[in-house]
Amino acid sequence: MTDQNINKNIQAGLKRRYRSEYRFRGYGLLAIGLALSFLIAIFVSIASMGWSAFQQTAIELEIYFDPAVIDPTGSHDPQDISGADYRGLVKASLRRQFPAVRNRREKKQLYRLVSSGSGFNLREKVQKDLGLIGQTRKIWVLASDDVDMHNKGRDVGARLSTYQIDIINKMSEAGIIKKRFNTRFFTSGDSREPELAGILAAFMGSLFSLTVCIALSFPLGILTAIYLEEFAPKNRWTDLIEVNINNLAAVPSIVFGLLGLFFLLNILEMPRSAPLVGGLVLALMTLPTIIIAGRAALKSVPGSIREAALGIGASPIQAVFHHSLPLAMPGMLTGSIIGMAQALGETAPLLMIGMVAFIVDVPQTVLDPATALPVQIFLWADSPERGFEEKTAAAILVLLGFLFCMNLLAVVLRKKFERRW
Amino acid sequence: MIACSTVAVFTTVGIVVSLLLEAIRFFKSVPVSDFLFGLVWSPQTAIRPDQIGSSGSFGAVPLLAGTFLISAIAMSIATPVGLFSAIFLAEYATPRIRAIVKPALEILAGIPTVVYGFFAALVVAPLLRNTGEAVGFDISSESALAAGLVMGVMIIPFVSSLSDDVITAVPQNLREGSYGLGATKSETIRNIILPAALPGIVGSLLLGTSRAIGETMIVVMAAGLSARLTANPFESVTTITVQIVTLLTGDQEFDSPKTLSAFALGLLLFLVTLILNVIALQVVKKYRVKYD
Repeated sequence: MTDQNINKNIQAGLKRRYRSEYRFRGYGLLAIGLALSFLIAIFVSIASMGWSAFQQTAIELEIYFDPAVIDPTGSHDPQDISGADYRGLVKASLRRQFPAVRNRREKKQLYRLVSSGSGFNLREKVQKDLGLIGQTRKIWVLASDDVDMHNKGRDVGARLSTYQIDIINKMSEAGIIKKRFNTRFFTSGDSREPELAGILAAFMGSLFSLTVCIALSFPLGILTAIYLEEFAPKNRWTDLIEVNINNLAAVPSIVFGLLGLFFLLNILEMPRSAPLVGGLVLALMTLPTIIIAGRAALKSVPGSIREAALGIGASPIQAVFHHSLPLAMPGMLTGSIIGMAQALGETAPLLMIGMVAFIVDVPQTVLDPATALPVQIFLWADSPERGFEEKTAAAILVLLGFLFCMNLLAVVLRKKFERRW
Repeated sequence: MIACSTVAVFTTVGIVVSLLLEAIRFFKSVPVSDFLFGLVWSPQTAIRPDQIGSSGSFGAVPLLAGTFLISAIAMSIATPVGLFSAIFLAEYATPRIRAIVKPALEILAGIPTVVYGFFAALVVAPLLRNTGEAVGFDISSESALAAGLVMGVMIIPFVSSLSDDVITAVPQNLREGSYGLGATKSETIRNIILPAALPGIVGSLLLGTSRAIGETMIVVMAAGLSARLTANPFESVTTITVQIVTLLTGDQEFDSPKTLSAFALGLLLFLVTLILNVIALQVVKKYRVKYD
């Protein structure tokens, strides 16, 4: 073999090797591209499904607050007023506005254009202002979910008849049907009717559970972290605790739900569906996260701080609580916030302890039956009505918004208090 | 403080005790061998003894098979994507790209699983079914594929961030030695870095698998309820977690074998994931000792 030959061989091989180098690099780029495009696909599809739920279709009707219906005795008796047939007022107004209705079937279809909950709104108005009785007012009433979907350009198939669509077109020509900001979505509980459903009850349930969760897991987690990091002797018992915590962090969340079902519900007989139980289960679940983060934070405080404190006569407890702990606090808080974000998004253990109930009333205490935001998403995703699809996506957007804020807070905390020793 | 630190231990003990107690009660009415090796899962027990099919059968094999099928699909997505992402981030990416892409991948890990479930059931599953129809395949609307795919996306960040850690932990002098001998970057990665980081990578894959097996919401929302013994990803299968949820949500009397079987399934799930986790942690630990 001559030098030339060797050179040639190397040259030929080099080309091949460079090509494979480019290919390998390409695979890496492709993988990252794929992962990021999944992320974008999830956000785009959910946002495009959910943004429209923040608006809701309403119809402006001239409502005559008929004293004969609302207050037949004329005595303003609250019982009469709250029990009156407000839905009838809406129906009467529809009949007046569209007198061309021909038969019973068309009449029924006409009525179905407005939400079955439209009467409650009127009742609230009358209860607030008794002077309305006997007057005629222009009032925006909620459209039914099919009309809402149609008005947002979604395909509702055969759920609306040609007659109904004709009426809707007339309404939009007259300018009495339009989309308004959906305050109901943020101020009411669950409902069987998509246009009436809101997330407030679920949100309060989540808030109560998280409060219980943080009240328990934060002190427990921090104290455990301090003990293990600063005081624990190195023996088999502490080793066991350590291995235990690491394993606990990887136990499937549904198993925590089984634990809650067995111990808290069956043995301690706590109330089913209560945020208290939910919070307890979530606390056990987030405990390992907080402990691990807390230990890492304590570890990053240099030993010289502790030794200096001990050197000027502080007791070990004083050294930790007056010096190490304040310095480690930002890290611990960051870890706890991330743990809380995890708990906020967790669904499976809550299903186990019965927080999947149909909750209309907003819970007032930690013992009231409640559901949680992610569980509400799960329930709505299972509903057959088309109208719930956008509500589900919108609830997800709200949930993701909260998670984003929590994580942002964690990042800001870390950035602000980050110290290089 | 000592008392606080034992809470974690008590939690574990509590889990084991509650699962064991209920599982033992279950095994009194259904033999362990029937549970572990039975091929039919139909937990419907009759209310009156004279009804047909009153016994119910509790064979966990179809559930295990379904769980492993979906986990396998998930890992076949998460392994290549996660691993190559980790390699690119650790070896090729500039610090600026790394600073952007790494948090972005971690967002994937922060999305609640119920959101993934919604995505799987309402976006991916219809998409798959429609493509299947167009090509002439019959894909069930609750196919294992849809659940597995989305679960794979969920696990990508676990695999990538753990693998990234072990790859960056490989000592720099190994890399430089390889470059000095004239190897290209990809040759160095394939022949030097990956073998050195292999235990850690295996550990991260095991942890990812244990996540996939224990994952609940995605499969509850996107996978089916029919306990079928099949390896066809286009059909609908069910998993251990799905069955636990369906057995325990809604009203049920507490002493029937039907509800108790959920605890037996929970025990099975706990043991399988525990074994995977212990192996993974051991593997990672051993590897760390080697280079420190």
